[in-house]
Amino acid sequence: MSLEVKFAGPLCSLQDSGRMGFLRYGVTESGPMDRQAFRILAAMLEAEEGFNAIEVSLAGMVVQAKQSLTLGFCGGEFALSIDGEALLPWGVFTLPAGKTLTIRAGASGSWGYLSCLGGFATDAWLDSTSSHLPSGLCGGYLQAGDILAPSAASLREDLNCALPIPEFSRFSGNARIVPGPQNHLFPERAKQALFQGNFTVTREFDRMGMRLSGASLAPEDALSIPSEAIIRGSLQVPGHGDPIVLLADHQTTGGYPKIATMITCDQDTTAQARAGDVVRFTEVSAEEGTKTTRDRAQQVANWIAEIPTHRGSLADKLNRVNLISGIVGPDGTPHH
Amino acid sequence: MIAPQFQPVGDSGVMIRFGDEITDEIHAGVLAMDQAITAAELPGVRELVPSFTGLLVVYDPLETEYQTLIRAISGLSARSGDAREAREWCLPTCYEGDFAPDLQAVCDQTGLSSDAVINAHTSASYKLFMYGFAPGYGYLGGTPESIQLPRKTAPVRDIPKGAVMIAGPQCIVTTMVMPTGWWVIGRTDFEVFQPFEDNPFPVAVGDTIRFQRVSADDFMKGQKS
Repeated sequence: MSLEVKFAGPLCSLQDSGRMGFLRYGVTESGPMDRQAFRILAAMLEAEEGFNAIEVSLAGMVVQAKQSLTLGFCGGEFALSIDGEALLPWGVFTLPAGKTLTIRAGASGSWGYLSCLGGFATDAWLDSTSSHLPSGLCGGYLQAGDILAPSAASLREDLNCALPIPEFSRFSGNARIVPGPQNHLFPERAKQALFQGNFTVTREFDRMGMRLSGASLAPEDALSIPSEAIIRGSLQVPGHGDPIVLLADHQTTGGYPKIATMITCDQDTTAQARAGDVVRFTEVSAEEGTKTTRDRAQQVANWIAEIPTHRGSLADKLNRVNLISGIVGPDGTPHH
Repeated sequence: MIAPQFQPVGDSGVMIRFGDEITDEIHAGVLAMDQAITAAELPGVRELVPSFTGLLVVYDPLETEYQTLIRAISGLSARSGDAREAREWCLPTCYEGDFAPDLQAVCDQTGLSSDAVINAHTSASYKLFMYGFAPGYGYLGGTPESIQLPRKTAPVRDIPKGAVMIAGPQCIVTTMVMPTGWWVIGRTDFEVFQPFEDNPFPVAVGDTIRFQRVSADDFMKGQKS
């Protein structure tokens, strides 16, 4: 049983929820660029701990199954088709033996997640199967010819579903940031410019970070501060004055000053932006940020709880309605 | 211990700073705090990352929050003070030929003979202040003043694993092939990063390292065995 990569654009890789606990040794956490979408995919496929998925970049991917496989896809709004027949962008479906699934950039979004029941079987490093791309440990970027082995049973057609794309998963154009931890190294002008202007996502955008362009935020002088630990979401400003939002594969330490830090839930949606998209920043306190991230986690949990209602064929769905509210007519409206 | 300052880092981090300069006293504060928080097993704490002057605490915002952590940590800092016992490591290092591509340049710029540069490097004791940048990439402090040089103006590509290199007061042993602007003066076969061992990072932050000069002949023999 296997899934063969027929084409992979740059930056596609295998990711689990991340490799935690080794930042102190220089090992970045890796994991999905959009953790929210990854969590939803895991729920769609009823996955357990250790689940992993192929992170598909904007450049797209084409895969072929040797045997019929249950696959799930979500994240962004990609264009999916099986042998030319379009699918809805988020859902669980059967990829029949020998047929080809094509994933291309769609209306929006930069990262999508593709997986099978139980994820893919691969060796772990430091308790994680996320590709550690800076070192090449635990796999590198996926390429045409790579063959991935599903780690569990092949088919569960009862999980098939088509899901609406939740609004909270989309990039809104706004990102909330907490000032610091080195905002004292920036002139007043830069600290104001951060919240006043628009910043545009540039093409310098990969799993390590996203460079934005806008008003120059250059620090007072080219200070050489002792290297400090970096967290995901940091807005680091090198000498060129453009902020770089550090993402899943960020370096673990660095000597460039950080003017602010994006809150957790907005890191996921901002990562779905594309070159040319505009970001505006809103200042929040650490407490407000935590509350926002918790509210979002609740929204995701509520949304995940609804997944079973989207499962199955139209007949299955009508049957469920029948059980609840009596007889249902062919158009889905109840009859009495 | 120096009284630390706390600062939020987004909605999931606390930076605890003990000062702005690279000193043993400030770093001792970082290590003691690292130990104290590790021992306390505070709920929601995911990562502790020591650096020259500060300790980053990464937490899960769904499990805890900034003020709760600050209160818990402040309670700890008063009681802590004894860091774990540092170990000392000796790294056999060859300072000859192709293993030391920048040794002559260091001699030229410092006005020292190659023996004097090597003696300066092997006579010092280095402390592992922090890991960063790449897996197992440890920042060592303690390079003697007589051989301190600023970084090269442009990085050189494809520096191999095990390169012993210096810049300013720092020294690093590379753990993978990489570009670098540091001065490569030797090569060690000690693996600072052992990715497939139970403990891939045998040298702990706070440990000391000494470099021991070995001849190219002995070094090659050691590599074969």
